Amino acid sequence: MTKALSLRFNRKQLCIPYAAFLILFVICPLLVIIYYAFTNSTGEFTFDNLIQFFTNDNTLGTLLYSIAIAAVTTLICLVIAYPVAYILARSKFKKKYVLLMLFVLPMWINFTLRITALKEILTAIETNIAMYPFLNTVIGMTYDFLPFMILPLYTSLSKLDKSLTEAAEDLGANSFTVFMRVILPLSVPGIISGVTMVLLPSMTNYVVLDMLYNSTYIMGSLIGSYFATYDWNNGSMISLILLIIIFIITLATNRFNDSGDAAGRTIL
Amino acid sequence: MKITKKVLSVIWLVLILAFIYVPILLLAVYSFTDATMVGGAIDGFSFQNYITLFENEELRGMIGGTVALALGSALIAAILGTLGAIGAFYSKKTAKHLINYANQIPVVNADVVTGFSLCVLLVVLLGIGKETFVPLVLGHVVLCTPFVYLSVIPRLKQMDNNLYEAALDLGATPTQALFKVVIPQLLPSILSGFMLAVTLSLDDYFITTYTKPSTFDTISTYVVNATKGGQTDIKTALWALSTIIFLVVVIIVVLMNVLSGKKKTTEERI
Repeated sequence: MTKALSLRFNRKQLCIPYAAFLILFVICPLLVIIYYAFTNSTGEFTFDNLIQFFTNDNTLGTLLYSIAIAAVTTLICLVIAYPVAYILARSKFKKKYVLLMLFVLPMWINFTLRITALKEILTAIETNIAMYPFLNTVIGMTYDFLPFMILPLYTSLSKLDKSLTEAAEDLGANSFTVFMRVILPLSVPGIISGVTMVLLPSMTNYVVLDMLYNSTYIMGSLIGSYFATYDWNNGSMISLILLIIIFIITLATNRFNDSGDAAGRTIL
Repeated sequence: MKITKKVLSVIWLVLILAFIYVPILLLAVYSFTDATMVGGAIDGFSFQNYITLFENEELRGMIGGTVALALGSALIAAILGTLGAIGAFYSKKTAKHLINYANQIPVVNADVVTGFSLCVLLVVLLGIGKETFVPLVLGHVVLCTPFVYLSVIPRLKQMDNNLYEAALDLGATPTQALFKVVIPQLLPSILSGFMLAVTLSLDDYFITTYTKPSTFDTISTYVVNATKGGQTDIKTALWALSTIIFLVVVIIVVLMNVLSGKKKTTEERI
């Protein structure tokens, strides 16, 4: 062992490289974004970028459209995923872990390749997929994000204490009441965690649209188009607005969920 | 009543599995034919797509580059994230909370924003050329490290703190204690963090587009461009790639299940 390495150090000091890294490459970029959002191309302070965002029909329309896409996608994912997670969590099937794996396995296949597969199928069924842009976008997003909804729901439903539902049944509740008044309220953390994991990406993931129609009309793509024209100031303003939306949603959901939104993504 | 419930459950599961797998499997079947679109006429079976995939230099380079980038940035992320987690875990409460919060930023942030903001800082403001690959690798490390950190922290909580102290009392230097006592115990969580980092990097599109050199492509950026282009032989070669990746993922998942199952049974025997 070299002399430098064998010098006495405190375990706390091991976090210095990562702390420095976080400051330089996570916090600094966000500060730079804020700076660029409120300056013009010559570096003067201005509110023009903000005003332009809220007075331009295109940007405002895009914001509303992406909120609509994200809301519908999230709702459909929830409606599809909840019964799946519920059935899997309650099943007495011995190898249900294998079944769960089948549902989340697509997470590990490159999403652009999965969307390619979906596009081929949609084209085969509908002939011209450009006919139903909203429908196909929602199908594409649902296809992409469904596993991220199933996993947190399953985790929360499988942790649910069975004696609580049995107690409710013993006290005379029918199965509908048990579900509405015991199971559903207890699975709220899973729902919240799944909703955040689908809602935010589906507001910004413009690649799904881009691949399906070669056209982009969603919040993330605005950044892409400003990036393509080297308009850093307006791009930063869009990023800042997205950041604020993300911040609000995270704050709202953290109140219900201490374990963090990473739970679903970190399970391997 | 109970039986209809069961039947309905099975039907629902099968329907959703079909939604997930029919596109991937159909593409896999068509990748072995000479058809140029799914649903089109199949004249015969062929391995042409697989031959193109391995012989086309552009495709080969793109796949190699993607894998190298994923392994490289996952390795950096594993080292940085593990040290960060150990350091933060034993730090004072305030420092620990600050690092935890900063670590959460890339996790909840939209990848578009992460990529764009890094590009503005590194390329526009600091003038680091994208051709140097520095912005690209940094971007992927920013994406991956928080997940290594999040996978190591729970393991640190379970770890017996006395072992480190005992090693120091027995005359080990802190470095020796770190490498011979702490790191070996964390190894499973570091490995799963590393694996997660690899998959995140492989799957990334947004950070890559904003930070990559114009001549370099990963699978994601390449596929997106290829779907817009008119080159059918490239398009169908990507079906072959999709099939291979699908098989690799299935094999890894099966292997991991078999291995963890074995580990459990040996543990039970002991």
